[in-house]
Amino acid sequence: MPLLEISGLDVYYGAIHALRSIDLAVEERQIVTLIGGNGAGKSTTLRTVSGLLRPTRGSIKLDGKSIVGLPPHEIVRRGVAHAPEGRGIFANLTVDENLEIGAYSRRDDRAAIDRDRERSLELFPRLRERLRQNAGTLSGGEQQMLAIARALVARPRLLLLDEPSLGLAPQVVKTIFHIIREINQAGTTILLVEQNAHMALHVAHRGYVLEVGRIVKSDDARNLASSDDVRKAYLGGV
Amino acid sequence: MTKLLQTLVDGVSVGCLYGLIALGYTMVYGILKFINFAHSDIFMLGAWVSFIVARALGWANPDQPGSLGKALFVLAAAMLFCGVLGFIIERLAYRPLRRAPRLNVLITAIGVSLFIQNTGQLPWLLGTQPQRMPALLPDSTLLTVAEVQIRQVDVVVIITVLVLMGALEWLVHRTKVGRAMRAVSFDTRVASLMGVPVDRVISITFVIGSSLAAAAGFLYASKYPGLNQPAHATWILLGLKAFVAAVVGGIGDIRGAMFGGLLIGMIEFFGAAYLSPHLKDVYVFSLLILVLLVRPAGLMGKPVLEKV
Repeated sequence: MPLLEISGLDVYYGAIHALRSIDLAVEERQIVTLIGGNGAGKSTTLRTVSGLLRPTRGSIKLDGKSIVGLPPHEIVRRGVAHAPEGRGIFANLTVDENLEIGAYSRRDDRAAIDRDRERSLELFPRLRERLRQNAGTLSGGEQQMLAIARALVARPRLLLLDEPSLGLAPQVVKTIFHIIREINQAGTTILLVEQNAHMALHVAHRGYVLEVGRIVKSDDARNLASSDDVRKAYLGGV
Repeated sequence: MTKLLQTLVDGVSVGCLYGLIALGYTMVYGILKFINFAHSDIFMLGAWVSFIVARALGWANPDQPGSLGKALFVLAAAMLFCGVLGFIIERLAYRPLRRAPRLNVLITAIGVSLFIQNTGQLPWLLGTQPQRMPALLPDSTLLTVAEVQIRQVDVVVIITVLVLMGALEWLVHRTKVGRAMRAVSFDTRVASLMGVPVDRVISITFVIGSSLAAAAGFLYASKYPGLNQPAHATWILLGLKAFVAAVVGGIGDIRGAMFGGLLIGMIEFFGAAYLSPHLKDVYVFSLLILVLLVRPAGLMGKPVLEKV
């Protein structure tokens, strides 16, 4: 049974029919990527999974149990953490406080939380130097690192990443993707939304291509990366 | 010199009360981005509930000496009552409108305010007769400095406000729920994605804001024992000045609210003492206009760029 299973999902954004009958499955311990152009519905898919949007039809199952209609904080408690588009850093809180907020829903003991906090900081050593700093003073790359680290402190089974490469320098993008793979190898399942299809397909196991609210293609990431229409449309290939 | 000191004491003590009320306006605004017009009525109820509790316990007898213990008990009762009421108001009136346009919530707040004022006037509730708050604190002069009598009530007002303010600062900056409040006020949606139960945080905010207003009501009634009827304009005016304090300090900013309250209190009392007592409300609202012209985000607020 897949960790996350979406079937027949329809979502409206006001009057806009943003997602049309989406089917998608994320197997445990995999990285699955959702690629596609602007406005294809990638972020909408993630927002619906984490409970910010309600579907009009279809089901979302985590571990076989429906999570449709649950409030976002309840979905976090069930093991889904979402690092949203635009990073969503609390600029009025310190880096440390941002990490603490990530652990908000956890009910286990302090020592376990501290262990995961420590592990996040090992992945992003630059954050450790800035713990007492206001998060608003971080650079774009550091904010993205904080967004991922904060989501990890919730100790998610499923990590939703929305455009982690957005607006970052190529070198930083490389670092971030390297860490995404590391997080996955440590056992966290990841659903990754990206416009940078090249990098996304490079780290992912499976990929889905979304076009104006519909899934038009899904395959092993390697096959997608070498398929002609994907290369033409998203990889700038010929 | 005597006049100066006396004005200073009154200005600080009333300014502290404005600040205390302003905290409720500013905290609710910080999280829900709307002005809770019913807040001044919570303040009014704080004063009235104090009176009713004191009378019910037989402490209204002027022959009986007051004591600090009695005062604290009544204070706690008023805070508890208004805290619960704030919770109920949020739950019944504002929560159903969470996804509604902000204007709807604002109109609802005015409706809640009118509802409290007018039901309060019902003969079997608070009635339309003014009442007199019994002196729970010994009406004594604590010390005399340069011929200025510093009354015990002023000292109690200032100390209580300092303690409550300190407790709020600690809560907001040092506890988990305070951290969640700040996160929700920065970005409600992302806070919910981080597992923060937003509705519960909003409830807590209302409970805290309302109980602070109740404390202000009790302290105000202790300083000025004449209690006007629930819908009387004095309550609205006091609430309005506290709102001005919140805006002047920078709406959404907790320290700003306190600072704004003190500033408003000072300007009101110094203006009344040295210029003309008839224009004391004018000074307050002139300051508001001035601040809005020069620094619209408030004296301690940071300008926010509207995202388009």
